[in-house]
Amino acid sequence: MTATPELSYVRILPEIILSICGIVVMFVEPLLPQRGSHKSLGVFSFVGTLAALIASLYQTNYPGWGWFNMIRVDEFSVFFHVLICAISAVVILASFEYLETQEIRGGEYYALILFGTVGMVLMSSAVELVLIFIALEISSIATYVLAGYRRRAATSAESSIKYFLLGSFATAFFLYGVALMFGATGSTSIYTISSALQSGQVTLGASSVPVSYSLAYVAVALMFVGLGFKVASAPFHIWTPDVYEGAPAPVVALMSTGPKAAAFAVMLRILFGAGIDTSKAWFWLVWISAALSMTLGNLGALLQSNVKRMLAYSSIAHAGYLLVAFAAVIAPNARDTGISAAIFYAAAYAAMNVGAFAVVSHFARHGERYVNFEDYAGLGKRSPILAATLSIFLLSLLGLPATGGFFAKFYVFNAAIKSDLIWLTVIGLINSAIASYYYLRLIVVMYMYEPQPGEEKLQLRAAPGLTAALVITAIITIWLGVRPAGVLDYATRGASRLLPSFQQSSNLSR
Amino acid sequence: MNSGPNFNLWVIPILPLIGSAINGIFGKRFPRNLVATVALFFPGAAFAYAVWVVSQFAGLSQAQIPHIERLFSWIEAGGFRVDYGFYLDQLSVTMLLIVTGVGFLIHIYSVGYMAEEGGYYRFFSYLNLFMFFMLMLILAHSYLLMFVGWEGVGLASYLLIGFFFLKQSAAQAGKKAFITNRIGDYGFLLGMFLLIKHFGTLDYDKVFNAISGLPVETGVGMLTATALLMMVGATGKSAQIPLYVWLPDAMEGPTPVSALIHAATMVTAGIYMIARSNILFLHAPIAMRVVAIIGALTAIFAASIGLVQNDIKRVLAYSTVSQLGYMFMACGVAAFSAGIFHLMTHAFFKALLFLAAGSVIHALGGEQDMRHMGGLRKLIPWTFWVMTIATFAIAGFFPLSGFFSKDEILWPANVGHQSGTQHAHAAAHGRSGHGGHVHESPWVMLGPLVVLAIGSAVMGWVGWPEALGGKNHIDKFLAPVFHTSSEPARSAENFSATEPQKSDSPQDEIVLERTLAAVSLATALAGLGLAWLFYVRRPELPDRIASSMKGAYRTLLNKYWVDEAYYSTLVNPVVDGSRRVLWRGVDVGIVDALVNGTGTVSKELSGVTRRMQSGSIRSYAGWVALGAACVVGFMIWMGLHT
Amino acid sequence: MPNQPLPYYVNYLPVLLQIVVACLVAGGMVALSALLGKHRYSRTKMQAYECGMVGTGDARQRFSVKFYMVAMLFILFDVEAIFLIPWAVIYRKLPAAIAPALGAGPRDFSARMFGFWEMLVYIGIVLVGFFYIWKKGALDWNATTEKTDF
Repeated sequence: MTATPELSYVRILPEIILSICGIVVMFVEPLLPQRGSHKSLGVFSFVGTLAALIASLYQTNYPGWGWFNMIRVDEFSVFFHVLICAISAVVILASFEYLETQEIRGGEYYALILFGTVGMVLMSSAVELVLIFIALEISSIATYVLAGYRRRAATSAESSIKYFLLGSFATAFFLYGVALMFGATGSTSIYTISSALQSGQVTLGASSVPVSYSLAYVAVALMFVGLGFKVASAPFHIWTPDVYEGAPAPVVALMSTGPKAAAFAVMLRILFGAGIDTSKAWFWLVWISAALSMTLGNLGALLQSNVKRMLAYSSIAHAGYLLVAFAAVIAPNARDTGISAAIFYAAAYAAMNVGAFAVVSHFARHGERYVNFEDYAGLGKRSPILAATLSIFLLSLLGLPATGGFFAKFYVFNAAIKSDLIWLTVIGLINSAIASYYYLRLIVVMYMYEPQPGEEKLQLRAAPGLTAALVITAIITIWLGVRPAGVLDYATRGASRLLPSFQQSSNLSR
Repeated sequence: MNSGPNFNLWVIPILPLIGSAINGIFGKRFPRNLVATVALFFPGAAFAYAVWVVSQFAGLSQAQIPHIERLFSWIEAGGFRVDYGFYLDQLSVTMLLIVTGVGFLIHIYSVGYMAEEGGYYRFFSYLNLFMFFMLMLILAHSYLLMFVGWEGVGLASYLLIGFFFLKQSAAQAGKKAFITNRIGDYGFLLGMFLLIKHFGTLDYDKVFNAISGLPVETGVGMLTATALLMMVGATGKSAQIPLYVWLPDAMEGPTPVSALIHAATMVTAGIYMIARSNILFLHAPIAMRVVAIIGALTAIFAASIGLVQNDIKRVLAYSTVSQLGYMFMACGVAAFSAGIFHLMTHAFFKALLFLAAGSVIHALGGEQDMRHMGGLRKLIPWTFWVMTIATFAIAGFFPLSGFFSKDEILWPANVGHQSGTQHAHAAAHGRSGHGGHVHESPWVMLGPLVVLAIGSAVMGWVGWPEALGGKNHIDKFLAPVFHTSSEPARSAENFSATEPQKSDSPQDEIVLERTLAAVSLATALAGLGLAWLFYVRRPELPDRIASSMKGAYRTLLNKYWVDEAYYSTLVNPVVDGSRRVLWRGVDVGIVDALVNGTGTVSKELSGVTRRMQSGSIRSYAGWVALGAACVVGFMIWMGLHT
Repeated sequence: MPNQPLPYYVNYLPVLLQIVVACLVAGGMVALSALLGKHRYSRTKMQAYECGMVGTGDARQRFSVKFYMVAMLFILFDVEAIFLIPWAVIYRKLPAAIAPALGAGPRDFSARMFGFWEMLVYIGIVLVGFFYIWKKGALDWNATTEKTDF
């Protein structure tokens, strides 16, 4: 049940590496000359995220528990660790050029990304609600600040303050849910909660009281509010467009994927780890939220004239698709399919969305002035390679076969059909059809419209860092469509680690 | 089944993909000749290889067909597994030859046709890409791989329709085609999910085996639902009611594209898919009936619209829709081999018609209105003659190909379809209105036309019905794919013994066939005569008829207002709704929209709303709180009821 | 029923009593003064209390962001320092509690020094933060905005 000290440290090795790197960046930054790009710090942070990524892979050899059973390392946590570290690494790569064109000094920027990453990775490996809450706050606070990093722009400040106020409002709900869950089951450890909910008895001191299930329900609802806010699912999506519009584009790339993936990981942990998932109430909650998210997201995106805003609405819609997989878990035979579909979706969405925002960050240019559809006119001619890359991401978001987006959707809806969720699937597919409208609109604008006057000759060349980021994301996006087997296989194994059957058989080994 | 020789089938689709990649990446720096060489070489090589494969295929024993080649695993998740693999049987062989053969000819033609246009390399890159996806679609050994090709051809078609960047209408048409197709594709996708759910696989051989073990569904069950969903996919791709609206608009693309994609190959994918799934459809009689009805309706409907259109390419488009309707109908009445046969002959003569029309347009420097096309026989004789052959072929004139294939389908409404041909025909005969600038197309364009014309003329002979003293090779060739599988359907018919069976003795069939052949020929003649009367002999007659039947004429001219209906019932509500409710409403503040919408709200309430609007963060927080209240309330309610 | 365990919530009885007493005392004082005291309102009396001086202007003024900065930093370091107290309180019990998790005996060096090292790490991080704000000039009241522009 307990681990030797070295192993305990191994189980939080990525977090340790990221924290140390972040602290070093904070320490070195004031010592550097005030003027200058601080790109060296960025390179250092990039190496740090890569090291954390490798450390996560190294963890595969040492699955198990650590730190008073607050941490659990298994394929599931490793999957999300790798995913989140990769997101951060790519975002850092994409930020080099962005910070230079926006004339933002990058020191703390990289440190904040690293700290945010610590929070996110910790969310995926924590199995204790209070620790999860702390991790959630670490990642949130970092992203709140990052959202306001374009300090000369009013929209960025607006974005930051909105994200901060509403975000703390929402996490308060989560905390309240944790408290109620403690009240209902007498524990904050997910696996103790699970056994309490199954046996129906709570041991408190010397006495034993029955579990209050209605209290547990309310607790789940409240936690769902907090996490639903983080993943931008309806009806807690309202902040998304404003925040994404104002925040710096690479930061949006991070916060539309990293915290989202982490929050989904937490949702999976709490709901399937604690064994709440099969309840009817939970199912309908997710069902409604999924249907609403998909519909509101896609309809909202239809008429946007701002690309970042469009992608924000699309992000809401994608949260909806992902929730479909959550709803699919209701049927016993579709459980692992549903969970692995959700995990795979998170990965595929991260690849294509980070890529899309990386391109947006490049085209936005100084002061993020060029983020409207008409600014993309003629990009197919001006920067053919970049436009083609963006097209790949958009086609993947749209769900065209041979891209990651297609397979993600395919698995999700396959799981849904397996659980007889015909209506939800139909809603989802209709929404996908609607979605093609606005993704295509951007492609049409890029390829089929003439550039704005005076910009015909303007060639935009991507810097090496950004190019690397785009190449990586594009390759992953296509790879996930052409050869998804490996990732899917790993996602399935991660999913199996969440299911109670596994937990009981190999409970608390090592 | 894997015992057969290895043909390396993957080579066939890969070749055009390589061509596409080379032209797409380096084409910008290539001289035109090199681009053309690359663009021709790879499809040509694919065609040559396909011919070789077919010659080898002929040597396979019956037990070795279908010939399946698996490359490597694509997805493996739990018990569900899909490979990259190819499937070769008589049906795919037929399609393979059509696609590579006609496709190659059209590529040659395009070299001449696009010579003057910009973006030469891009065009050929897309065209080769299309070939790749189309070949994937045909050769795939599972529905999922077929779907990759299926969506891929949609994408390629979108790129090619919108090829003329500068035309707004072209961009719009491309988008319309893509989105309409997407709707159908989701039907297909849902059908696939049902297959996975019930059979746990998407491989043709496994699915077909599983289905043939099931009884024929009398009511609406799983198989019928699956078949109907698949059919929705097919209606999208093959432009049937209600999803046909994109095809006429798709004519905005360059003419070779219309010929290749929107006449000969891509639009037949739906027919191919239904024919491929014939076992599924035979087990779902209700779905079959729906297919037949949709096909018949589309055939008549589209033909009647085509009657009064003036743009030569639109006329051909509606004619294509109508012809596809016949093929659909053929599938719907279990005459799959007839449907495929017509698909084949249609590929030839419709490609020919389009290319010839393209040649005319080319000759006239972009003129597409048929009313300005009179008197071209002397000016462009080659084009005229091949067009004449095509026209006679499509009209079902003995002994050209259309006669046989149409005759096979035994279609009921012969009159309507004539429209396209009448017009095309009339165009060449009518009175001249041109100066001397009209010129015959170059041989690089005429060559393919002549080959296609010969094909149109003689292709039908492989399906010469036995009743007329022929052998009907195509029917025999395709028999293993269809007839073996139609056994359950026949036995199913026998189950319903209460219904009196129609007399199906061979003697009656021959008589029926001969009668229909005669009727078919007669209507063809009548149609041509009518066309001659309208457009050559008394050109004022159509106008007179039009004015005397104004209502009907306008209805047809406006295409039954279907586009308008779709816009007002589907597109506008979604777009407007999202504009009103979501953009103005939620984005700017839903309360505002509420106030504006209802107009009279009590003063206190508007005071409250104004305060709510003052700080949007507060209203956002309100939304979050409201959502939270709903969620918590819902959970409490559920908690009390469980 | 001597062996019957008391309900769990009995543990919270003192808290409840505390709340009741606090409410009674606070409410009682306000109520008593309202009931017993004399009320003579005048203009001077109703003014905001400003150390005997006459009030000038509105309280809602804009003032320098530096005040916020100092307040924020104060709270940060204040809270961080408070964490030392619970640590100090349980410091002696720590080895026994931590030993199983470390797989060591309570008298082993690693268990005894665990709390010490952990606190050193913690203080180290706090010091890095302190160093950071110092070098950034956040503590320098006279610094120009140029320098604090981070």
